[in-house]
Amino acid sequence: MSVFVDKGSRVIFQGFTGQHATFHAEDAMATGTNVVGGVTPGKGGSRHLDRPVFDSVADAVVETGADVSGIFAPPAVAMDALLEAIEAGVRVAVVVADGVPVQDMVRTKRYLTGRNTFIVGPNSPGIITPGECKVGIMPSNIYKPGRIGVVSRSGTLNYEAVSQMAKLGIGQSTCVGIGGDPVNGVDFKSVMQAFENDPDTDAVVMIGEIGGQQEVDAARWANQYMSKPVVGFVAGVSAPRGRRMGHAGAVISGDSDTAQAKLDAMEGLGLYVVRNPADIGATVARALEETGLRSPAGARS
Amino acid sequence: MNIHEYQAKELLRQYGVPVPPGEVAYSDKAAARIAEEIGGARWVVKAQVHAGGRAKGGGVKIAKSLDELRQLTDQMIGMRLVTAQTGDQGQLVQRVLVERAARIERELYLGLIIDRGSQRITLIASDAGGIDIEEVAHEHPERIHKEVVDPATGLLDFQCRKLAMAIGLQSRLSPFVRIVKRVYRLFRDKDATLAEINPLVITDDGDFLALDCKITFDDNALFRQGEVAELRDFDEEDPKEVEASGHGLNYIALDGHVGCIVNGAGLAMATMDAVVFHGGRPANFLDVGGGASPEKVANAFRIVLKDPNVRGILVNIFAGINRCDWIARGIVQATHDQAIDVPIVVRLAGTNQEEGSRILAGSGLDLITAEDLDDAAAKAVTATSEVIRV
Repeated sequence: MSVFVDKGSRVIFQGFTGQHATFHAEDAMATGTNVVGGVTPGKGGSRHLDRPVFDSVADAVVETGADVSGIFAPPAVAMDALLEAIEAGVRVAVVVADGVPVQDMVRTKRYLTGRNTFIVGPNSPGIITPGECKVGIMPSNIYKPGRIGVVSRSGTLNYEAVSQMAKLGIGQSTCVGIGGDPVNGVDFKSVMQAFENDPDTDAVVMIGEIGGQQEVDAARWANQYMSKPVVGFVAGVSAPRGRRMGHAGAVISGDSDTAQAKLDAMEGLGLYVVRNPADIGATVARALEETGLRSPAGARS
Repeated sequence: MNIHEYQAKELLRQYGVPVPPGEVAYSDKAAARIAEEIGGARWVVKAQVHAGGRAKGGGVKIAKSLDELRQLTDQMIGMRLVTAQTGDQGQLVQRVLVERAARIERELYLGLIIDRGSQRITLIASDAGGIDIEEVAHEHPERIHKEVVDPATGLLDFQCRKLAMAIGLQSRLSPFVRIVKRVYRLFRDKDATLAEINPLVITDDGDFLALDCKITFDDNALFRQGEVAELRDFDEEDPKEVEASGHGLNYIALDGHVGCIVNGAGLAMATMDAVVFHGGRPANFLDVGGGASPEKVANAFRIVLKDPNVRGILVNIFAGINRCDWIARGIVQATHDQAIDVPIVVRLAGTNQEEGSRILAGSGLDLITAEDLDDAAAKAVTATSEVIRV
């Protein structure tokens, strides 16, 4: 088991025949993902990567039973592609595009009311259940099957955390990149809830950054309802106020938005808090040892 | 993207929101001509820079005669205005806004934001106008009133009336509703992320007037907002940051000594944090982005080294869609393009890591290689603490 995607997931790519989607679809297929086809309007009926191409998401869903879509549309048309996926009943839609207008996401989230699609992103590195399913742009070779759930806003910090864990022999159940935008799909709290309900996840690593209150909301929820240990890091202790640090959502606009304030709040709510970004892996190991999920020697007991 | 107050007021005027009569001036002569045209006995001269807190820094003055107006304008244009938001260097004033002074009865606050909590456009109103709204929220949260807009219906009249009554405008419902809806329309049409009228005043004639205004736009929507994009003033931005964005690099100047070249915004921030954790201070934030070519990396070196405070460079790459071999070639190219007189610490991980390391090892360059993030930050801090740049 895992969250959102697993080996039973039937994956399509929107913008399938484009350069980026092709590259990442090939990598996904090589690492076990069940890619059942793709969508490129106007190229329906042809084949790409030995898979069928459809003119619309609805056609792809009807013909292949697809339930997960990797959206590789450029930012200007990402909302259109996303709404098409939602309308077609896709269960999980991953939006990789960096640069989607924020008001497009405000409208998209309204459109989502009463519908059941999990949106991952935008500005997301994707989602991966190692060895089973990858939908996104992350380097799949660094991810190893295991029992830790990882959720982050940043892609590269997700890689960093995973590689630190790998050095200690710790693998992942599922890794979710919720994206660096201020208005996004699934948030930390909803991913945390999914991990809590997943029998194959022992603990969760949450990697946030400056801006907004999502990390604290999730920590508050974890404090009340979560039985599994949660390790938390927030990037940007050294970031100046009022400047957008690369990600559209990474900007300090008030006292409670700072990395320091969020780390302090998380600590107060009983999370294993990481102050030095190089200590993420070691803190996960400590959390597992203290909760009896791992023997100090290293191997899982 | 930020714009000047006079530009924001021009947009408000286009949308039918009342603003004081006035115009932007680049000289004392022009200021006097504008004052004669708009009439009145007192005028406000306002320095046009993007930073807030202008009044405290001497960027907002009242003139009681045309002579005084000319004199104040002359003083203000060319000065470096220092406010809480500019840093010690201040911001060069190149133009002023000249407006007819208003007689003020009441000062209110009206703001629109994209609220991250509700994930929707949200209206904020307060009867405590003319002061920093964050201060009001802190000291008198009961004087802040909010309405969240449903994107399916847009802002509704009753929501505006609710706000009007909450801030004591029972007798002026219709004109207030009209103004709020017009600002909302501007916000929505132009892909704004913040629109703040502070203060929105009621004059002694009983009319509403937007006395000061700040509007920020969504950088990600500029592709469909051509008119807004034209309002960008590059003089208000750090020239290194402008140049970097021209090369597809995301660069933000800071005040430390460790120059950082990283891929990914999150890792770039965490790298800065690791430097701080080891007792150093980052000179900049720099994200080379995905698929960085050797040229892009060489450009990153050039931009980072333009900062005279930089005493060493920390390259931290975790390649996913990037390639370590390209990054390594970029480092080698950078050392060919210019003489680099500071230590360089390199940590490469991810895609094509071995090939990247091989290129660096074979280059004969005097580099400090690092195993991981912690090692890299520690070595960079040690190396930069020993360097004096001449």
